[in-house]
Amino acid sequence: MSTEGVDKGRRRFLTAATSAVGGVGTLYVLTPFVLSMQPSEKAKAAGAPVEADVSKLEFGQMMTVEWRGKPVWIIRRSEQNLSDLQTVEKHLLDPASDNLAQQPAYAKNINRSIKPEYSILVGICTHLGCSPTYRPDIGAADLGGAEWKGGFFCPCHGSRFDLSGRVYAGVPAPSNLVVPPHMYLSDSRILIGEDGGEA
Amino acid sequence: MSTMKKFMTWVDERFPATETWENHLSKYYAPKNFNFWYYFGSLAILILVMQILTGVWLAMSYKPDASLAFASVEYIMRDVNYGWLIRYMHSTGASAFFIVIYLHMFRGLIYGSYRKPRELLWIIGVIIYLAMMATAFFGYLLPWGQMSFWGAQVIVNLFSAVPFVGEELSIWVRGDYVISDATLNRFFAFHFLLPFILAALVFVHIVALHAVGSNNPDGIEIKQGPKGNRWSADAPADGIPFHPYYTVKDIVGVAGFLFLFAAALFFAPEMGGFFLEHPNFEPANPLKTPEHIAPVWYFTPFYAMLRAIPPIAGSQFPGVLVMFGAIAILFVLPWLDRSPVKSIRYKGPLFKIAIAIFVVSFVALGWLGVQGSTPAKTLLAQIFTALYFAFFVLMPWYSKIDKTKPVPERVTE
Repeated sequence: MSTEGVDKGRRRFLTAATSAVGGVGTLYVLTPFVLSMQPSEKAKAAGAPVEADVSKLEFGQMMTVEWRGKPVWIIRRSEQNLSDLQTVEKHLLDPASDNLAQQPAYAKNINRSIKPEYSILVGICTHLGCSPTYRPDIGAADLGGAEWKGGFFCPCHGSRFDLSGRVYAGVPAPSNLVVPPHMYLSDSRILIGEDGGEA
Repeated sequence: MSTMKKFMTWVDERFPATETWENHLSKYYAPKNFNFWYYFGSLAILILVMQILTGVWLAMSYKPDASLAFASVEYIMRDVNYGWLIRYMHSTGASAFFIVIYLHMFRGLIYGSYRKPRELLWIIGVIIYLAMMATAFFGYLLPWGQMSFWGAQVIVNLFSAVPFVGEELSIWVRGDYVISDATLNRFFAFHFLLPFILAALVFVHIVALHAVGSNNPDGIEIKQGPKGNRWSADAPADGIPFHPYYTVKDIVGVAGFLFLFAAALFFAPEMGGFFLEHPNFEPANPLKTPEHIAPVWYFTPFYAMLRAIPPIAGSQFPGVLVMFGAIAILFVLPWLDRSPVKSIRYKGPLFKIAIAIFVVSFVALGWLGVQGSTPAKTLLAQIFTALYFAFFVLMPWYSKIDKTKPVPERVTE
């Protein structure tokens, strides 16, 4: 084949242009593969709210309901527990719940709840997603002795939270436990995952 | 010409069969002074083949469905003919794979097998190690036990620590807002796919090895030494054909390995909770985290590093960076070593101290990774993490000023 009179610059340009267009095309072909790994419509629809009946919950007891595949805790706190929330504040990272992503506006208070008695929390550690253990035993020796006023301890990486789900300073978890959107349907029935648009 | 010869001529005109055999086996001249440490490469290939075989057979009875997976593993263990054996071969094989690879990598470290001209060979090896870890991680979710579930939960949540896109990224990996059936199903698909990519990478690793030639315990380039041995006038004088010399040697290694492997397989397949963790005999429960979460032993050094780094400015991303950095730093190792010699045999006391500290740190981090976290253990993990990195980061200095011994002209017997 004769290469006489071949414009090499033009040939290189055409090769590069074809490669570039082909490359863009290849990237487009990746789209369905990448997006197919996103949650399916079915998985998205599974986030329906759940109802919890707290009429049988005693002081100091915790119950767990499943919402969007995650544990949601409901803890009934005593007067003592509620006053202890103030004494532990000096050990906390975000005592005033200033990180607004962690709770709806109506839970931005010291109790992090609508009714002071009931604490409603997503039971997933904000560090790496383990489910912390409920440790209501005040003064637990392994959790700081007399300083410990009850709360949650994450067995995975040692993060600690108080009974409002507020994180202690100096532990791996960077933020308070999440308070899910919720509302009271009656005195003893709570709807989790739906708050009538109050948030 | 014999019929066999005629047949081979016919084949060779169409496919380079004889040429391939010669280039990679009968006329591939490897240094004659290989020792014990040179068993682990061929053993790793043996285990890879075994894992693929047992894995395919397990897939014949396993169900990658969140409601069926746990029961299907028990079905394999109890009702499938020899299912217990194939399953234990696979689970014990996973741990054996990492033991063998860690020893194989340690061999590379002490004999300087990562040095010029083997930088790419080393880098391909690190990629293989990464692919192995990914395969093991995907596979660990499949039994759908408590540790499978919560281990995956913790590791996938590492992605959510990435600034800005983290949350989206972890949802994309899971295909759901929590570890769920969608996650299990795709992890099964990836766990099945990756070993074949691994096999391809091993092929590339061997192509690179046979192009540059094997290193040896003396760290001497036999290709630069005198020429001429019993088989060929222009082959390296210190080289011997891989087949039959090293194929036969490796059979001894295989026999020794199989003794130990069978002992673990038949008498301690759970290895006291190290190969198969106790909480994994309980089905996954998304509402309850086991009292104590630890990854399988081969991930624990990196897990200990992750836990050692406290969150900075409310983000756990630094810990994630350190953990991945511990592996990423292996990629630049060939350019960190400034020593004039390759092998530990001729390196000075500084390197010997450094590598001893490195091994102690790695083992200690592995031990800390299975322990619960206490302030004292976190401090220890921080110290050993610093020492792990110091081995690499300070290498350009200590390897340069180290007092080395003269390297002989020829390999020693």
